[in-house]
Amino acid sequence: MNLLRHLGVSAALLFATAVSASAAEIRLEGYPDFDSKLERLLPDFQEETGLKVHVLMNNWEEHHRRLATTLATGRGAADIVYVDVGKVGAFVNGGGFVDLTERYKDIAGHYAQYAVAQGRGPDGKQYAVPVDIGPGVMYYRRDFMEDAGYALDDVVDSWEAYVEYGRWLQEEHGVLLIGDATSVAQAIVFTEVEPGNGFYFDRDGQPILTSERFVRAFSIAKQIRDEGLDGRINDWTEDWYEGFREGRFATELSGAWLLGHMQNWIAPETSGQWGVSGLPAGVYGSWGGSFLAIPTHSQNVDQAWQLISHLLEAETQKAAFRNIAAFPAHVGTYDDPMFDEEIEFLRGQRARQLFAEIAQNVEPVTPHAGDNIAYDMIFEVALPRVLNDGEAVEKALADAERQLRRRLRTL
Amino acid sequence: MIFLSFHTWNPVQGLGAMEWVGWENYQLALTDPMLWQSLWNTIVIACLSGIPQHLVALPTAYLLVRLGARARHWLSVAFFMPYVTSTIAVSMIFYVMYAPASGIINKTLVLLADASLTQWAFAWVHEAMPIRWTQDNALIRYSVSFVVFWKYVGFNIIIYCAGLMTIPKDLYEAARIDGANAWQQFRYIALPLLRPFIFFAVTLTIIGNMNLFDEPYVLTRALQQAADNGMTISNYLYRVAWEWLDMGGAAAVSWILFGIIALLTAIYFYLFGRKGLEEHS
Repeated sequence: MNLLRHLGVSAALLFATAVSASAAEIRLEGYPDFDSKLERLLPDFQEETGLKVHVLMNNWEEHHRRLATTLATGRGAADIVYVDVGKVGAFVNGGGFVDLTERYKDIAGHYAQYAVAQGRGPDGKQYAVPVDIGPGVMYYRRDFMEDAGYALDDVVDSWEAYVEYGRWLQEEHGVLLIGDATSVAQAIVFTEVEPGNGFYFDRDGQPILTSERFVRAFSIAKQIRDEGLDGRINDWTEDWYEGFREGRFATELSGAWLLGHMQNWIAPETSGQWGVSGLPAGVYGSWGGSFLAIPTHSQNVDQAWQLISHLLEAETQKAAFRNIAAFPAHVGTYDDPMFDEEIEFLRGQRARQLFAEIAQNVEPVTPHAGDNIAYDMIFEVALPRVLNDGEAVEKALADAERQLRRRLRTL
Repeated sequence: MIFLSFHTWNPVQGLGAMEWVGWENYQLALTDPMLWQSLWNTIVIACLSGIPQHLVALPTAYLLVRLGARARHWLSVAFFMPYVTSTIAVSMIFYVMYAPASGIINKTLVLLADASLTQWAFAWVHEAMPIRWTQDNALIRYSVSFVVFWKYVGFNIIIYCAGLMTIPKDLYEAARIDGANAWQQFRYIALPLLRPFIFFAVTLTIIGNMNLFDEPYVLTRALQQAADNGMTISNYLYRVAWEWLDMGGAAAVSWILFGIIALLTAIYFYLFGRKGLEEHS
């Protein structure tokens, strides 16, 4: 990690000198897999505009840390940065980005509205713009559902029905309902937000971690864990990949983008076994997504915006979808014939229409500067205590809320 | 850093956003149960990995020196390899080995439990499976400690080898003539003369282990699992600074950490330092 950081910093210095030498050069920073997308898209853009774009990629975590450092010191920041949805709240509320409201207002209507709202600061101004989004979905094994005589509608009817399906799976097939019950808690927390509230804060900025939504999310996850319906298998581990390949679990809750990973490298051999539906309980939710922003220290705001607007164009968005399965934030692209294509991996399902439908129906949730702290308190501290160490739901949530309040004084 | 620890500062807002808060950062840090928990984790992991390091390194070094130059060179290189390997790479490999279902450690245990020769000793394995080395709060400290032990034991072996080489051969010879066996030579000649080296090596271990960051960070998957017992104070510091963007609070924590390391080292110097160095002079 140290090596990476040093490399990153030296690369940044090199680029910084290059950038100051000529204003016709801008630097863009992000994290994989955007490099594959940019490799494909940038050459044409550079040729058309004569603008030279330097790309600096770091791993996800390193990138966001670097971004915080460069904003802090006012040196070495890029002209354009990618920001993950999980981090965007902390950054747009911090004031390190250029206000894009004027530039964006004419095109804002083209993009998924809930994501547009996530890029706004507390002052209502647009500091980051969505470039791709993650409609929240449930992938499921058809051989353990409809092929075995269990109707999808009976599974996704409600979270209770979903758990009931898990019991049936265990009895009839000895298969797990899901890799890790944490995903269920996340799905409920992220999709059942009360109107007007944020994920973790009410409209006045007060934490609501002990509210009914969290109690319910924790209780259902705990029920799944206690009944042995999940495998306590972490995402993005070898056990998880093996779980997909060998059909250890019958469903997985995630973003639409998981499809690309599943069919390309996690479990290509299970093609045709899978299907996709909206999340249980009929809610529209989002799961992941990325934004573009211009740090205030950029000397080339106009050129940077030129590239951003290029990346936001419908055609570019479609190309990125084809290339790295980054689901377009541009809702106008959803009419493209590409969205009617049958997906072989999902046994010919026209899944992209479902993704588009979800993208257009997710309710906007206002981001809060404390969102990522709250996320850590809830999903990395409180939930593991409930699921693994047998702590009572109410106590874990009350502790998390108290901790969050302590931390909030700086926000 | 002292200056910063009396301010709140969200780095994203730029240098102008610093705000004077007096002792608030210290008060907040010292009353945070997570700080004390992570400090306790650090100390437990430091002991679990540190003590065995020296208990193993000392006799190994002694054996290596007795084996003669050729074998010693080859074997010390082998023992030293983990030390020069990237900590992140090592931790990631261990993370894969620790995996509950597909990890080589659990697979080996199952194999041993099924083999007829070793069945009797590993009968418990099937009941315990899958053992979640890095996911269970009950196990994470041992899993982290083992990686730390494995990585740094070679470094201590080298220090002790160097120390043993400084002991004149005549002393061993004299002891042998007096009828001392190998164990007695180790206990009454090598060990007392090594004291300054032990002192030096243990000081390095204390400082290094109190700053432990990479191994627990990787093995807890960036503090996502078993973080209650696996998070060290450096991990906590990182989280406050870089994930929660509270630089003032983090500066206060790092001063607290500095104080604790200074205190521990001072206690150690007081207890063993004078003695260790006197013997040498």
